[in-house]
Amino acid sequence: MNLDPKTYEKYAKSHAKKSPVLKDCACAFLVGGVICCIAEGIYRLYLHLGMPEVNVRIMTPVTIVALAALLTGLGWFDKIAKFAGAGTLVPITGFANAVVSPAIDTKAEGFVLGVGAKMFIIAGPVIVYGTIASVIWGVIYYFLHNGGIL
Amino acid sequence: MKELLIDFLLVFAVGGGFCVIAQLLIDFTKITPARILVSYVVAGVILTAVGIYEPLIKLAGCGASTPLTGFGYALARGVEGAVRDRGLVGALTGGLTGTAGGITAAMTCGFIAALVFHGKPKT
Repeated sequence: MNLDPKTYEKYAKSHAKKSPVLKDCACAFLVGGVICCIAEGIYRLYLHLGMPEVNVRIMTPVTIVALAALLTGLGWFDKIAKFAGAGTLVPITGFANAVVSPAIDTKAEGFVLGVGAKMFIIAGPVIVYGTIASVIWGVIYYFLHNGGIL
Repeated sequence: MKELLIDFLLVFAVGGGFCVIAQLLIDFTKITPARILVSYVVAGVILTAVGIYEPLIKLAGCGASTPLTGFGYALARGVEGAVRDRGLVGALTGGLTGTAGGITAAMTCGFIAALVFHGKPKT
């Protein structure tokens, strides 16, 4: 095939990667949306089966966490995450993966300082700062509540 | 049937929307995924405190509760209930009580997975 530089440039441009941001966002939107819809389906299923709503609110994320843990163990989670980007990171699946993945990978370092410690390498800060934020809000809420504002 | 479809579309749009915001942060800034998770949980607490998140939960159900901002929502709601029940001490107990299920499930699953599965050598 004979190509002059200009035609080649055109050809190369047409085959170059399209703006990855757009594709990344589409994948994240799609996978994230699907995960939330699965959660919603599980939520409604549990309600339909007669589970009290207080428990459904706990058991729905617990089920998603368990599913994400299974997929992580089987090695499928990473493959989906590679495609989904933030789509698997932001739902509670990302939190589950952040716990389970290091737990499996650090087995060789032992169950105390390996599995037990390293499972919190990312989840730890999430829990720490989330809890601190909730303590601050709790104190503020106490005064607002007692002041009759809330 | 039409209502069900609209419900799920809202769940999809809101849940997917949270993911797109995080994806944009990853693509355009140097924020690491770990920082995104931390920011999302803290943002969830703040959005609940200012009263924005509750309507979003009512609107989109699991579309708002499944992203990690929903974890922050559970922390904030837990603390509110505990403060109402037992006063200022509730500020210390409510958050983790509200999220105990998810955290304990993650720990238990992590431990079981470590027993059952073998890690891959890092590439």
